[in-house]
Amino acid sequence: MKTNDLILQTVSKVILFLIVLFSLYMFFAGHYHPGGGFVGGLMTSGAIVLMLLAYDIKTVTTILPVDYKKMIAVGLLFAAGTAAGGLLFGVPFLTHAFTYVDLPLLGKTSLHTAVLFDTGVYLVVIGVTMTIIQTIGESE
Amino acid sequence: MNSLIILPILIPLLTGIILIFFSKNIPVQKLISVISSLLMVLSALYLAVAVYQDGIQTMNLSNWEAPFGITLVSDMLSALLVLTTSVIALACLLYSFRSIGKERESFFYYPVFFFLVLGINGAFTTGDIFNLFVFFEVMLMASYVLLVLGGTKIQLRETIKYILVNVISSALFVIAVAYLYSVVGTLNMAHISERISQIGQPGIVTVIAVFFLLVFGIKGAIFPLYFWLPGSYYAPPAPVMAMFGALLTKVGVYSITRTYTLFFYHDTGYTHGLLEILSIFTIIVGVIGAIAYSDVKKIIIYNVIVAVGVILFGVATLTEESLAGSVFYLIHDMIIKAALFLLIGIIVKITGTSSIKKMGGLIHQYPGLAWTFFIAALALAGIPPLSGFAGKVLIVRSGLESGNYWGAGIVLLSSLFVLFSVMKIFINVFWGSPRAYRQQEPVPAKWLLAAPAVLTAFAVLYGLGTEALYPIISLAAETLSNPEIYINAVLKE
Repeated sequence: MKTNDLILQTVSKVILFLIVLFSLYMFFAGHYHPGGGFVGGLMTSGAIVLMLLAYDIKTVTTILPVDYKKMIAVGLLFAAGTAAGGLLFGVPFLTHAFTYVDLPLLGKTSLHTAVLFDTGVYLVVIGVTMTIIQTIGESE
Repeated sequence: MNSLIILPILIPLLTGIILIFFSKNIPVQKLISVISSLLMVLSALYLAVAVYQDGIQTMNLSNWEAPFGITLVSDMLSALLVLTTSVIALACLLYSFRSIGKERESFFYYPVFFFLVLGINGAFTTGDIFNLFVFFEVMLMASYVLLVLGGTKIQLRETIKYILVNVISSALFVIAVAYLYSVVGTLNMAHISERISQIGQPGIVTVIAVFFLLVFGIKGAIFPLYFWLPGSYYAPPAPVMAMFGALLTKVGVYSITRTYTLFFYHDTGYTHGLLEILSIFTIIVGVIGAIAYSDVKKIIIYNVIVAVGVILFGVATLTEESLAGSVFYLIHDMIIKAALFLLIGIIVKITGTSSIKKMGGLIHQYPGLAWTFFIAALALAGIPPLSGFAGKVLIVRSGLESGNYWGAGIVLLSSLFVLFSVMKIFINVFWGSPRAYRQQEPVPAKWLLAAPAVLTAFAVLYGLGTEALYPIISLAAETLSNPEIYINAVLKE
C-alpha cells in the first residue's frame, strides 16, 4: 500500500533542523543546567528517526553515510581519552580541568574538559540508538 | 597516588575501543590484541610488585577525596587476581586465534572480549560498592554478547536463561546496595566497614549481609543458586567457556569474600555459619554432578561449582590461615580451570563430540594433549606437589582447628571424587583403541595446546613455588582478616 506522506515529509524537513539545533543547545547547556550529552544525543537521534519515518533507510543513508558502530567507537574514544588524559598531567583518572576565557561575541565563557567527555557521550548515544533502530528496521 | 592501578582497567578499555575500528581487518585485530594483552600482563605484574613492596595502592577517581568519590583500591588479593586474570585472558586470546572462526571474529569478538576483561579487572580493583555493581554490569553485558555470538540454537536458548537470571540478580544487587546505603549512608567500601563496626552490626545489617550473599551467590553459583550455570556455560565455544568458568564465577566468589571479610564480620555465628553450610552443600552438589555426567564439558563445569564451595568454606572459617588457603585455592582454580576448559575444547574439536562414551585412544595421536590433561587433572584434584594442594591443606587444617570436622572431612573427600571425575575423562578419552573421527576441518592441535600447556606449567610452578609464594599470599590474607589495614589505606587516617 502506498501511503501519502507528503505532509510528514515537508514538515520534517523544517522540523529536523529545529530539533538538531535544540539538541545542540541542550548539549551545551548541560554542564550548569539540565541537559548534556545523553539527552542531546537522544534528541539528535530522534531527528534522524523522524527522517527515517518520513522517508526510508536508503534515503537517510545517502544523506548521512555514517557507520553508527564506528560512531560508538569514536564516542568511546573521546570519553576514555578525556578520562585518561588526566593521567598525563599526574592527576587521577577522570579528573577534569576548566578555565574561563573571554571570547569575542560570547563574552566570558568557561571552557571545560567535561565538554569533550560529553561529546563522547553524545556520539555514543546517537551511535547506539541508531544501530538498534537500523538493525530492527532493516529486517523488514 | 599511583597511575599503575588504573592500567589493567584502562588498557582493555582502550583496546576494545580501538578494535571496533578494525572490525573487518582480522589480522590487525589479532596484532593489537596480543600487544595490549602483553601490556596488560606487564602492568598487572608491576602493580602486584608495587603492592607487595609499598602496601595497598589507591586512586581517588576525579580527584574526589576518599569517602566521597569513587576509589580504586588494589590490595594484595585484588592485585593477584588482576594479574591472574590478565594472564588467563592472554592465554584464551591466543587460543581463540585458531579456533574461534571468521564469523565471530568479524562480528566484534575481540572488542567484546576486552570489555569482558575490563569488567573483571574493574570488579577486582574497585573500592566502591556501587562501582562494583557498574563493573559487574560491564562484565555481564560483554558476557551476554560472547554467549550469544555465533547464534547456534543452544546458544540462543541458554542466553535467554542467562540474561534472565542475571538481570534479576543485578536488580537485587542494586536493591541490596540501596538497603546498605540507607543504613550506613556511604558507598565507599572502607567507609562502610568503619560505619558498620561503629554501629556493631545490628540485625538489619545481618539481613543485608544475607541479601548480598544471595546476590553474589547467583553470580558465583553457590548452592542452591547454581542452577543456571551448568546449562549456560555449556553453550559457548571453548575459549569463552574458559573465560566464564575461570573468571566470571570467581568475581562472585571474590565479592562474597570481600564483603564477608570487610563488612559483615561482627555476627559470624549467623552469617558465616550460613555461608559454611551453603558452601558444603555446594561442594556436595558439584561433586554429584561431576561424577554423574559422562560429558566432558559438564564434568568440568560441575568442578567449577566444587571449587566455589571449597573457596567459600575457607572464607566461612574466617581465620587468617583459612583465608590464605582460600586465596591460594582461588588463584590455583582460576589457572587450572582455564587450562582444563581449553584442553577439553581441543578434545571436543578433535572428536566432534563431548560424550566420553564416544571417544577413545586419543593418546596415540595426541600424546602431548594427553599428558598435559593428566597433569592438569592431578593439579585440579590437589595431588602434592601440584597447585591445588597447598590451598586445600590450609583450608582443611583451619577447618579442623576450628572444630568443623564434618566440613573439613567433606572438603577432603571431595578431592577424591574430583580426581575420580577427571580420571574418568582421562581413561575414557585417551586410553583404549583409537576411533575414526569425522572432522570438518583439520584441528591445529599443536597451536591450541600451547595456551593450556603454558597455563598448566604455571599451575605446576605455582604448586612447586608454594613456599616462595606464601609471604605474598599471607599478605593478602592478612589484609582480609584485618579490615583496619584496608580502611587505613583508603581513608588515610
